[in-house]
Amino acid sequence: MSRIKLSLITIAGLGLFGLPSHANEAWNRVIQTGELRWGADSAGGAPYVFPDERDPSKMIGFEAELMNAIAAKLDVKAKLVDVAWDQLVPALMRDNFDMAFNGLEITETRLREIAFTDPYYIFSEQITVRKGDGRFHKFKDLRGHRVGTMSASLARLLMEQDGKIEIVDYPGPVEIYKDLEVGRIDAAFIDVPMAVFYAGPNPKLENVSEPVGESVYAAGIRKDSPLLLLKINEAIKELVQSGEIKKIYQKWNLWDKRQEKLKNPEKLESLKHSAPISVWQYFPFLLKGAGVTILISSLSMALAMILGFALCAAKLYGHRPLRFLANAYIELIRGTPLLIQLYLIYYGLPNIGIEINAFAAAVMGIGLNYAAYEAEIYRAGLLAVPKGQDEAARSIGMTGRQSLFHIVLPQAFRTIIPPSTNDFIALFKDSSLVSIITVVELTKMYSQAATASLRFLELGLMTAALYFAMSYPLAVWSRHLERKRQYA
Amino acid sequence: MLNQRVSSAKFIEIKNLSKRFNSNWIIKNLSLTINEGEIVVVQGPSGIGKSTLLRCLTYLTPFEKGYIRVGSLQLEAGMDDRKHHGTILGVRQQLGFVFQSFNLFPHLSVIDNLTIGPIKVLGQTRERARKRAMALLRRIGLKHKADEYPMALSGGQQQRVAIGRALALRPKGILFDEPTSNLDPVMKGEIVDVMEDFAQDGLTMIIVTHEPAVIERMAARIVEFGPHCSIVSERILPKLLFNTPESPKENGILPELDRAAMAQAETAKA
Ligand SMILES: Nc1ncnc2c1ncn2[C@@H]1O[C@H](COP(=O)(O)OP(=O)(O)OP(=O)(O)O)[C@@H](O)[C@H]1O
Ligand SMILES: [Mg+2]
Repeated sequence: MSRIKLSLITIAGLGLFGLPSHANEAWNRVIQTGELRWGADSAGGAPYVFPDERDPSKMIGFEAELMNAIAAKLDVKAKLVDVAWDQLVPALMRDNFDMAFNGLEITETRLREIAFTDPYYIFSEQITVRKGDGRFHKFKDLRGHRVGTMSASLARLLMEQDGKIEIVDYPGPVEIYKDLEVGRIDAAFIDVPMAVFYAGPNPKLENVSEPVGESVYAAGIRKDSPLLLLKINEAIKELVQSGEIKKIYQKWNLWDKRQEKLKNPEKLESLKHSAPISVWQYFPFLLKGAGVTILISSLSMALAMILGFALCAAKLYGHRPLRFLANAYIELIRGTPLLIQLYLIYYGLPNIGIEINAFAAAVMGIGLNYAAYEAEIYRAGLLAVPKGQDEAARSIGMTGRQSLFHIVLPQAFRTIIPPSTNDFIALFKDSSLVSIITVVELTKMYSQAATASLRFLELGLMTAALYFAMSYPLAVWSRHLERKRQYA
Repeated sequence: MLNQRVSSAKFIEIKNLSKRFNSNWIIKNLSLTINEGEIVVVQGPSGIGKSTLLRCLTYLTPFEKGYIRVGSLQLEAGMDDRKHHGTILGVRQQLGFVFQSFNLFPHLSVIDNLTIGPIKVLGQTRERARKRAMALLRRIGLKHKADEYPMALSGGQQQRVAIGRALALRPKGILFDEPTSNLDPVMKGEIVDVMEDFAQDGLTMIIVTHEPAVIERMAARIVEFGPHCSIVSERILPKLLFNTPESPKENGILPELDRAAMAQAETAKA
C-alpha cells in the first residue's frame, strides 16, 4: 500500500511541475477516445459481471454497475473487454484494455508486474454445505473433507496453508455448487459474493459459519499509466464518500459492516499471497500433473482401442442394424467437440441420476471420443490386407474369427500403428481438456502455478517440455515398430 | 517316374453345380467325378471360371445349385459358413489349396506358416506340429529356411512352402490354381518336381494349369472348360495307362480319348 501511495505522490508532483507524462499513459487515450476499456471475465461471472438473462448482450453485476459509476465520474464511457479470468493480468500488460477490474486481489506477485488502485470491496471466504449437514461450523471443520474452490483464490491459499483439507479445483462457482448438491464434494469454500449469489437462493444449500479471512479487490492498472491510477482512485473515493457504492452493494446483498473500512483505504491491511522465488519450486507440481496426464491418457487410449475395435468389427462384419449403429456412433462422435462430450458426461449425466467421478468421466469422455477415430483407422488397416490372406487362412480350416486374429489383424498392425500412434499423441494433448471437469492434470497444474506466480513464460516452456518429453518417445517407438513390421 | 495308383473309389463328386456372381452365371450345371489318387488337369480360356470352381470345392465361395461330395461329406448350395463349419472344415482338411499368388502369411516364419493350421485348427501341440512341418520342409528341400520369413524367399521357394502348408493338415487331395504361372522357367521346374513327388504318395490332385511340364510329366486326365464351365473335351493321357498296372485298360495304347468315345466305351462294356 505504502508503495502505491508513494508513487501517487510522485506522480502528483510530476503533474504539478508540468513534466511530460509517460508516452504510454492510458489516461491520455481514454480522454481522446472517451472510452475506458476494462477487462473482466463474464463467463460464469455472477455476481461480478455477467450477461443479463433477459438480454445477454447487456452486462450486469456489481462490478459492471460500479464500473459504469466510475466511468460516469470521469465523464467517459466504460467498455468491457471479455477475457478469461486467469489472463486478466497478462492481457492488461499487453494493453488489451486499460484496467483489470474483476475480483482481483492485491498480491506481491502481481505487484511486481502491475499497480493497484485503492480497494473497492472487502471480501472474505464463505463455507457452503448441503442443507442440514451439521458437520461444518468453522474453518477447521473442513479438515479431512473434499472441499471445492477455485484456483489462485484466497480461499485456496487458506486451505493450502492449513494442509489438511482435500482441495478440489473448479473453473467456476456454478460447477462447484452443482457437485456439492450431488455429493461429489462435502463443502464449498469461495469468495462471499459468489456464495451469496449462487448458494444463497439454492434451497438445497446453506452458507454456514462466519466468513473466514479478509482481503480486498482492487483494480489493476499498468505501471506506465499513473495518471489513470490517480483518476480511478479519485472516482472510487467519491463513490465511497457519497454512499453510491453502498447502494450498489446493498442491491446485490453484498453490503456488510466491513465495507465501512473502504473510507480509510490506507488503513486496510491487504492479505498478500507470498510467491515462491524460483519457478523450479513449481516443477514437482508439474511432474505430478504429468503423472495424471499419463494415467488418464493411457487408460483412455486402452478404452478407445477396445471400443474402437468393437466398432470396426461391427462395421465390417456386423449385420445391417449393427453396422448402422456403429456408423451412427462414429459419425456422431466425430461431429461433436470433445469438450461438449466431457461436459455432458460429467455435468449432464447427473441430471438423469447417473453420477460418475471426475477421473472416470475424464477417461470415459476421451476414450469414447477417440474410439470413433480408432475404429476408422482399424477399418482402413484391415481392408489394406490382401483378400488372399483371409482366403488362405480359411483354406487351411481357420474360422473367420481365427483368420481375423491370427492372420489379418497382425498384418493390419503395420498400417494401423503409425496413424494410431499419432492419435495417441493427439490424445495426450487433448487430455488437457479434462481440467474443465476438475481433474488436475499437467495443463491445469500449469495454469494454477502460472496464475499464482504470473510466470506464464517459464512455466509454459517447462510444461511444453514435459509434454514433448512424453510424446516424443511415442513417436520414436511407433517408427521402430513400423520398421520391425517390414518382414525381413 | 510317376508311379500312380488310381483306385476306382470315388473321392470328389460334383453334381449339377451352378454358381453365379450377381446375375452372371459362371458355372452352369456342372457334373464331374474324380477318383481317389487321380490327377486332373483343368484348362480353359481366361475368365471362364476355373478358379471359381476350385473355390467352390472347399466352399471358399458359396454356390447356388447342386452339391459337392468330398469323401463322405456333402457341401450343399446355400450352406452357412458358421452353422455348417464342421462339414466345411472337414472338406478343407481333406482338400488343400495352393494359390497362384502363394498367399503365404508374411508375418509368420516359414515353419510357423506350416504349423499354424495344425495348431489352431486341429489343436495339435506345438512339438507335434513342428515335427511334421520339419519333415515336410525336408522333403521340399527347404529345411534350412525354416526360420526365414516368406519375403526372404524366391518365388519358387515360396510356392514350395505354400504346398507344404497345404499338406500340413494331411489332406487326401490338393487343389492347385495355376501354381507355376507367377514363376520363371527354373522355378516352374522346382514346383513340378515337388508336385510330382507328392503325387506318388497317392494324393488326388486337381490342377488348373497350362504348364506343359505338368501335363507331360504327371497329368492323367485333362478337362477343358468352355463357356459356363461346360466340359468341351476330356482326354486321358497315356502315361497313366502305361504306369498303372491296376488300370483296366492296361495294355491298350490310347493316345487320346474324347468324352464321347469314353462314354461309348462305357456303354459298350455294360
Ligand atoms: N468375387 C467376384 N465377384 C464378381 N465376379 C467375379 C468374382 N470372382 C470372379 N468373378 C468373375 O467370374 C468369372 C470367372 O472368374 P475366375 O477367376 O474363376 O476365372 P478363371 O477361369 O480362373 O480365369 P483365369 O484363367 O484368368 O484365372 C470372371 O468373369 C470373373 O470376372
Ligand atoms: Mg483363375
